Amino acid sequence: MAIFVDQNTKVIVQGLTGGQGKYHGLRNKAYGTQVVAGVTPGKGGTDVEGIPVYNSVAEAVSATGATASFVTVPPKAASAAILEAAAAGITFIVCITEGIPAQDEARTYNTLVRDYPKVRLLGPNCPGIISPGKCNIGITAGEIAELPSATGPNVGIVSRSGTLTYQALYELKQRGIGVSTCVGIGGDPVPGTSFIDCLREFQADPETHAIIMIGEIGGSAEEEAAEFIKANVTKPMSAYIAGVTAPAGKKMGHAGAIVSGGKGTAQGKMDALRAAGVKVGQNPTEAGSLMAEIVAGLK
Amino acid sequence: MDLFEYQGKQYFARFDIPVSRGNVAVTVDEAVAAADAAGYPVVVKAQVQVGGRGKAGGIKLANDAAEVRTHAGNILGMDIKGHLVKRVWVENASDIAEEYYASFTLDRGAKKHLLMLSKEGGVEIEEVAAKNPAAILMLHIDPVDGLSAAAAAKAAVDAKIPEKAQAGVADILVKLYRCFVEGDCDLAEINPLILKPTGEVHALDAKVSLDANADFRHPEWEEFKATEELDAREKLAREKGLQYIGLDGTVGIIANGAGLAMSTLDVVNQVGGTAANFLDIGGGANADLMAGALEVINSDKNVKSIFINIFGGITRGEEVAKGIVEALGRVDLRAPIVIRLDGTNAEEGREILKNAGIPESKLTSKPTMLEAAQAAVALAK
Repeated sequence: MAIFVDQNTKVIVQGLTGGQGKYHGLRNKAYGTQVVAGVTPGKGGTDVEGIPVYNSVAEAVSATGATASFVTVPPKAASAAILEAAAAGITFIVCITEGIPAQDEARTYNTLVRDYPKVRLLGPNCPGIISPGKCNIGITAGEIAELPSATGPNVGIVSRSGTLTYQALYELKQRGIGVSTCVGIGGDPVPGTSFIDCLREFQADPETHAIIMIGEIGGSAEEEAAEFIKANVTKPMSAYIAGVTAPAGKKMGHAGAIVSGGKGTAQGKMDALRAAGVKVGQNPTEAGSLMAEIVAGLK
Repeated sequence: MDLFEYQGKQYFARFDIPVSRGNVAVTVDEAVAAADAAGYPVVVKAQVQVGGRGKAGGIKLANDAAEVRTHAGNILGMDIKGHLVKRVWVENASDIAEEYYASFTLDRGAKKHLLMLSKEGGVEIEEVAAKNPAAILMLHIDPVDGLSAAAAAKAAVDAKIPEKAQAGVADILVKLYRCFVEGDCDLAEINPLILKPTGEVHALDAKVSLDANADFRHPEWEEFKATEELDAREKLAREKGLQYIGLDGTVGIIANGAGLAMSTLDVVNQVGGTAANFLDIGGGANADLMAGALEVINSDKNVKSIFINIFGGITRGEEVAKGIVEALGRVDLRAPIVIRLDGTNAEEGREILKNAGIPESKLTSKPTMLEAAQAAVALAK
């Protein structure tokens, strides 16, 4: 078991003929992911190292039966690409595109919620998802993910920051701890998938025995996750929040400050998670050590 | 990108939101000319991106050219909470009957647009929120539906805006919402939104923050960029396409990804050091970007050591290594580098660095983030 994607997931790459799409699409395929097609308007009928390219997602889906898409198109075209995938019957969309305007994200997200309620969007501006040994969609270097062990215990990872997602994978690899699934939800204003979405899946996944959560300053997603953990998550957790010493970023102004209601500092997030029973590390390595202790206790 | 008041008002005017007649001035003579054109009495307002201008003496009423001369002379060059006043906005003074508050922003938690509307404007909205939260109407708007004229009219009623001002407020809400969405704002705020004795509703102040990601579809933003206040290091970083924030410490930081960069600052701090900057070279960093990043760090005289912390996803290790080698050939780095390189093609990257013949006094490689931080902090002491 894993969450969201596994060895049976058939994936198309929107933007496979572009630089990033080709590089990461081929790496995902080399990892063992079922990358069955690419989509680039105007390049249908060609192929990228044997992967057939179609003009539209609808054509690619009807030819291959794919259910997942990896969106690697530039910011201007990303929202349309996501909605095209949803309309064509794709149910899991991973969008790594960085730099999509917040207004576009808000509109796209709410369009999905309304018109395509069964579609899950991961990202934008996220590293993607990896169920080690089964499926890797996105830009994670697959070799840094430890395979889950058949007997457990295995750990699920959910992170808001791209590079800290890899850091978390790496910390577990160093300690030989298996990973069920690692999800990078991305740090944009309107992420398609939230901490809570992932925590709910990990809690229900029999192959996941413990969870690491990596957050960062700003917004209130970590505080909301803490509330959810308190009420719904029985599996042991460790966490790390980046940005204890970060400079005050761009101020959102008065309205923004009120929306977060004083939430958003690293300390506030750490306190909220601790109050929910999560072991919180001061840096990624410490979060890894805390997880090693948790895992040792589960054996 | 945060706009000055005068830029916010110019932006509002594009969306037909009524603002006072006025102009911006950088000299006393220009201020007088602006006042003459606006019509007396005028208000001379310091243009700084910080609250409390009025209390600091940065907003003055002037009845004639002589008074404009006095006030503009005092305000230009004034220091308001560390912000130097380089410009004043001179506008026709408005008679005020009542003051309200209106803003649109994105509520990240709800993933919807949020209207905040209050009949208690003219004071800090945080104060209203603390003392009398019931006085603020908070209305979520589905970005797919947008804000209809009917919904805006209902909001004005629900916020208990007096009847005589409801139609005017609702009209401005619809226009401000258009400005927020089509204008790609992170925040569009009017405080105070005033009712004149003559019955018109009018934006007396403007607070606008623009979403930098939408830059590609707003060529008109170019003029706003010209006035952004950045220090020399930040300016250089901007030219090179780097996310950089200057700090006061001695360890220069280069990392890929905002999260890892923040985490790097944390770890440097935890082992007893201080960071000279926050620098995210982003995903897909190549040799050029890395060389540029090192140039920016090298321009900071406080830097005693440089900590490069890279975990490759999109960023490829060999590109990072090539960048460092190229930068060392291009610029004479004053401070030694400590690097921690992991992830995509990290092996190839380490190999390139090893074979480049760089002396250990200039570059050391450490296997973990913590060890690299310790080494960098030790070198900075």
